[in-house]
Amino acid sequence: MNEIWEVFRQERRGQPFEHAGSVVAPDAGFAETWAREQYGRRGESVALWLVPRDAIHVVEQWADEFDLKYRRVDGYSIKVRLKEARERASARSG
Amino acid sequence: MNELLLGLADDELVIGWRDSEWTGIAPMLEEDVAFSSIAQNEIGHARAVYELLTDDADALAFDRPLGEYRCAPLVELRLLDWAHTIARRWLYEEADRIRIAALMDDADPAVAGLAAKIDREEVYHRMHADMWHERLRGEPRFRDAVADLWPYALGVLPPEQRAELAARVRLEEVEAIGRGTHTPELAELWDEMTSVRRSAPAGAQW
Repeated sequence: MNEIWEVFRQERRGQPFEHAGSVVAPDAGFAETWAREQYGRRGESVALWLVPRDAIHVVEQWADEFDLKYRRVDGYSIKVRLKEARERASARSG
Repeated sequence: MNELLLGLADDELVIGWRDSEWTGIAPMLEEDVAFSSIAQNEIGHARAVYELLTDDADALAFDRPLGEYRCAPLVELRLLDWAHTIARRWLYEEADRIRIAALMDDADPAVAGLAAKIDREEVYHRMHADMWHERLRGEPRFRDAVADLWPYALGVLPPEQRAELAARVRLEEVEAIGRGTHTPELAELWDEMTSVRRSAPAGAQW
């Protein structure tokens, strides 16, 4: 009857929610009360998201059979190209 | 000394002390954290009320002989099972909200202001107590515990506020076990609670 509720907390309005931890609780009411005590009572959060772990669709298998690293952007320096683009743009407008 | 406020402060101190006896051994980890936090809040409320009554809250809290405590027997009971502990927490919150509401209308703005401040924190305590009550109210063990503690719960309030409590919790008003006499358990608690102060040399600074 108990289930795990993952707790996400928002530190300030407008900021992204971050995973804070979890509580084990029999229903949403208990989960809320306990999460308030553990993650919100001392001003450390402005909002919490409580998500039953079963409701989370987990994705963690990444097939890479054909060595697709040419599709990845790491190692591709955009800095130099960005600088050139800026110079072209300013040359055009100036 | 305002006897009503002293009774309130002593109730908060002693129930805070009693509830903190569950720290580390509550039935669930999450509840352990929540219950300990609530117990600590109650002691904080006791301090705030003592400070209305005196310049030295520690002295008032811990330097009195046993007979001068004004707490209600409900909070003194040493409860060793969770059903009774939660039943007391729920009944205490129901009684407490009635007297706090009355104090929020007190003619003294310092009293009314502190009552309002306490009330804002009690919202969390009520949410916690209501949640447990909702969950357990159909369980025979919980109902028996409520029945055992009901005369004590009435005794938290002065006679004129008891009918309101009975209506809120939907129980028949019975003869209350009220303030004035202490349970034997309080002696043991007093001994432990005051032992540090009593063992400290005179003039010790905290």
